[in-house]
Amino acid sequence: MAKIKGTVTVDVEKCKGCGVCVVACPTDVLALSKEVNGKGYPFAMQANPDACTGCANCAVVCPDSCLTVYRQRDPNA
Amino acid sequence: MSFQVEITPENKVYGKTPLLTDNVMHYCPGCSHGTIHKLVAEVIEEMGLQDKTIGVSPVGCSVFAYNYIHIDWIQAAHGRACAVATAAKRLTPEKMVFTYQGDGDLSAIGTAESIHACNRGENIVVIYVNNAIYGMTGGQMAPTTLLGMKTATSPAGREAAIHGYPYKIAEIVSMLDGVCYVTRQSVQSPAAARKAKKALRQAFENAMAGKGLSFVEMVSSCNSGWKQSPVDANKWMEENMFPFYKLGDIKVATEPKEA
Ligand SMILES: Cc1ncc(C[n+]2csc(CCOP(=O)(O)OP(=O)(O)O)c2C)c(N)n1
Ligand code: SF4
Ligand SMILES: [Mg+2]
Repeated sequence: MAKIKGTVTVDVEKCKGCGVCVVACPTDVLALSKEVNGKGYPFAMQANPDACTGCANCAVVCPDSCLTVYRQRDPNA
Repeated sequence: MSFQVEITPENKVYGKTPLLTDNVMHYCPGCSHGTIHKLVAEVIEEMGLQDKTIGVSPVGCSVFAYNYIHIDWIQAAHGRACAVATAAKRLTPEKMVFTYQGDGDLSAIGTAESIHACNRGENIVVIYVNNAIYGMTGGQMAPTTLLGMKTATSPAGREAAIHGYPYKIAEIVSMLDGVCYVTRQSVQSPAAARKAKKALRQAFENAMAGKGLSFVEMVSSCNSGWKQSPVDANKWMEENMFPFYKLGDIKVATEPKEA
């Protein structure tokens, strides 16, 4: 298991589903949802959360600042 | 054993800066304007300049920039942001003053005001968002539109014999003695956005040190105007805009301008 892992939270109602974060993620964590938010947009979600390293690439390119990134060292390692 | 990352303030590595308001931006999904606003807000926050900064917003899609960053703002008439910023900086020289302008605003209707502010060496920062189109009004051809590029007013593609050539105002202003720093950046990828943020920081530092005018061009995508998806527009920009609008520093003055 990776010693350091990351995770991402999404401000679902703010996300416009542009998909720029999806292609910016080096480990293919993100995808756009099948459902839509209150404005009718699909939104970013972690389709493959275990692969997240917390590099923040997705959040850096998000035009609407809807991603927050967390990173933690494995407490068992 | 697998573990879950805890969502706690200690574990947070990146998120929305408090200098951005909670308003949902009116920009189209994937528009470069939002990313550039965020970088500007982050630099102001990191430099501790929130109470000292005056932004001048243009006419164009970013006319409402004042809704999104918690600083003082003035909204200028179309093309006149550099003239308004000149007054703001001269009257309050202790302030950090920047303009935020599109290519239609800065390099079409505002060419005279922009070039003369550059030539006078006003101690301001000009952030020039070049998406090669008039985004706000529905995607008409701009002076910056590439040859062959289709727009609402050049449906068969821009043709030099009829429409003239696209022009590079960053290179033009780099020849003026009042300008200390000219750079061309972009924000479509994480690496590009991080570099663009460093360039903004450099420009803001120059202005506070009284070194003259700093000009930061952001080559940007307007996916609505270009009629592409946000991801395709960024790719199109890399393939078509970057060969003409080459990224990197154009001028870094080593000597301060003479008083
Ligand atoms: C005096 C005047 N002339 C023309 C217009 C119409 N107009 C509004 S925005 C704009 C151009 C915007 O293009 P740009 O500056 O590139 O900004 P973008 O929307 O692409 O970010 C024009 C011509 C106006 N508002 N005022
Ligand atoms: S029209 Fe173009 S420049 Fe304006 S908000 Fe939409 S994508 Fe951005
Ligand atoms: Mg434009």
